Amino acid sequence: MSEVIKDAIEQEFTTNFEALEKRLNGASALPIHQVRKKAINAFQELGLPTARNEEYKYTDLKKALQKTFDFKAPSPQGKINRETIEECLIPGLDANILIFINGVFSNELSTIISPEDQLTIKDLEAATMEDKELIDNYFAQYANYEHDAFIALNTAFTEHGSFIHIPDNKLVEKPIALYFFNDAQAGKSYNQPRNLFIVGKSSQATFLEVFYTVGKHESFTNIVSEIVVNENANAEYYKIQNNRDTAFHVGTTQVWQARNSQFSAYTFTLNGAMIRNNLNIASDGEGCESHMYGLYLLHGKTHVDNHTEIDHIKPNSFSNELYKGIMEDQSHGVFNGKVYVRQAAQKTNAFQSNKNILLSDQATINSKPQLEIWADDVKCSHGCTTGQLDEEALFYLQSRGVSKERARVLLLYAFAVEVLENVKLEPLKAYLEDLISERLHKDF
Amino acid sequence: MLKITNLHASIEGNEILNGINLEVKPGEVHAIMGPNGSGKSTLASVLAGREEYEVTDGEVTYNGKDLLELAPEERAREGVFLAFQYPVEIPGVSTTNFLKTALNQVREHKGQEPLDAVSFLTMMKEKMKLVEIDQSLLSRSLNEGFSGGEKKRNEIFQMAMLEPTLSILDETDSGLDIDALRIVANGVNKLKTKDNATIVVTHYQRLLDYIVPDYVHVLYKGKIVKSGTKELALELEKKGYDWIKEEVDTTTA
Repeated sequence: MSEVIKDAIEQEFTTNFEALEKRLNGASALPIHQVRKKAINAFQELGLPTARNEEYKYTDLKKALQKTFDFKAPSPQGKINRETIEECLIPGLDANILIFINGVFSNELSTIISPEDQLTIKDLEAATMEDKELIDNYFAQYANYEHDAFIALNTAFTEHGSFIHIPDNKLVEKPIALYFFNDAQAGKSYNQPRNLFIVGKSSQATFLEVFYTVGKHESFTNIVSEIVVNENANAEYYKIQNNRDTAFHVGTTQVWQARNSQFSAYTFTLNGAMIRNNLNIASDGEGCESHMYGLYLLHGKTHVDNHTEIDHIKPNSFSNELYKGIMEDQSHGVFNGKVYVRQAAQKTNAFQSNKNILLSDQATINSKPQLEIWADDVKCSHGCTTGQLDEEALFYLQSRGVSKERARVLLLYAFAVEVLENVKLEPLKAYLEDLISERLHKDF
Repeated sequence: MLKITNLHASIEGNEILNGINLEVKPGEVHAIMGPNGSGKSTLASVLAGREEYEVTDGEVTYNGKDLLELAPEERAREGVFLAFQYPVEIPGVSTTNFLKTALNQVREHKGQEPLDAVSFLTMMKEKMKLVEIDQSLLSRSLNEGFSGGEKKRNEIFQMAMLEPTLSILDETDSGLDIDALRIVANGVNKLKTKDNATIVVTHYQRLLDYIVPDYVHVLYKGKIVKSGTKELALELEKKGYDWIKEEVDTTTA
């Protein structure tokens, strides 16, 4: 095994894994530990991706991580006081609130308001001992650790995170909001939380993942969320990233949809150091409906890479994707959207659109739609535009007496609204509207 | 009100306007006619401040001010209005929202208090009747998916809201059926006062049956080559533009 270890950073993780095994002690007898071992082996085979890897061509995470972090030892446990946390919560959102500090679920800081018969929420570590059957059936069944080094890494180091199980026929009215805090007050911090959300047959639930860093040091999160949307179920998933300039993030959201299920993902990215979001959906039943919305508003030196993948496996399903970005300063956006329609997936309707506005000469966008269609009776379309603000529209507004600056803001806001208006949670929508307005200086 | 003297303008090095002279007084309606490519729309664009055009010579004074010195929004705030030949579609911005911004910026410029939501709505309802436009259309994205007639009616509606001193209608009639034309013309006529003026840029005489001009000017090769009253428009309708072209081309040859 050791001969395939490529570089120091992979070696650091290997050393770290040995420490984890010692720490696990008796828990290493659980079946989940066999998965960890397979995952660390896969990680060692894969190595962290560099820019030479096609999937990470524009986002050289290995270089960035190697330069910034030391992974020899586990990151220390963090401590963030309640007041700081409360300041970060989305105002007015009546939700189940789950707080994670450096990837570890905090019972004390969390508040579950939905009745117990509607759902089970617990730290993933507890679930590995108490919900063995569900863990065996679902854990690491979807996020493929043999193909992606970050998924492999996260799987190998799986300890904490969340396990959320919604039984069949339950309408979970209150959203489930997961707030991930990195404590970088005393030093750099890194962690790898792992989530498993299971939405039972004909049930409905809404999930949010929100990311923050407290403190001036660098932080790194490598998160994996597996979402199982069973037959006729409906799941909504929001990811909100308005993190510090020092926050590095890799996140994989792996979704599996059974027949007649509906799933919508909304990814809003406003700030961070280097961010990679993978959203992978397997549309694995007839009559599935999938929506992917993304908005990235970047400034400074923020680098955001959104990779999405929808795999149409069965016939008569629908997917729609809309990702939009506004890049200012020296920011860098990357969009890669894969749409697979397999031979059996006849009568698939799949639509994709990615639109970008560059506001400075030094801002960059790399956009790549990727459609692979093996079925012959399908309706698929994709479009991708990149440009500056529409001069003709600016002139039109100015010719009515609107100042150029204000016209510019009106147009940018309108561009963003096309994504924002799909948000179903009103308090979240208001919160995002405020953030976006502030970013675009809509306050005039 | 408006005095254009020896105006020359070009785009990407091509001279389009070649010495325009025109004076417009309060209460007057001027029609600018001419064959395609004569510079009619360029004149309208230069007056509204479109940046692509470079003014190479001449001057334009408007109510004592040097109009060419003003940014497009400043011209609008001073009471210049351009009804676009091709109104721009702007997804995500509703007519209502943007007009409120525009109107209040114009009012601020005039030293007036901004309109509150209720007065704005009352004003809107009143002006909507003028061009028979529906409120649901105004709450939709600006011009997006509007028919040709709806777009032009929306232009006149905006004109009614902004109450300009000098309105320039750039081929507002082209592509309209007769019913839409009547509605648009009717709106323009109702907005006419003794203090404001209108420049109607058109290719066809038909519009002038509904908006009766005091003066008709024929533009050809970037110059006003003939001016007259509404009878000139009728003559043009009957005889076409060729006789004017010939007249001009022989004298210059």
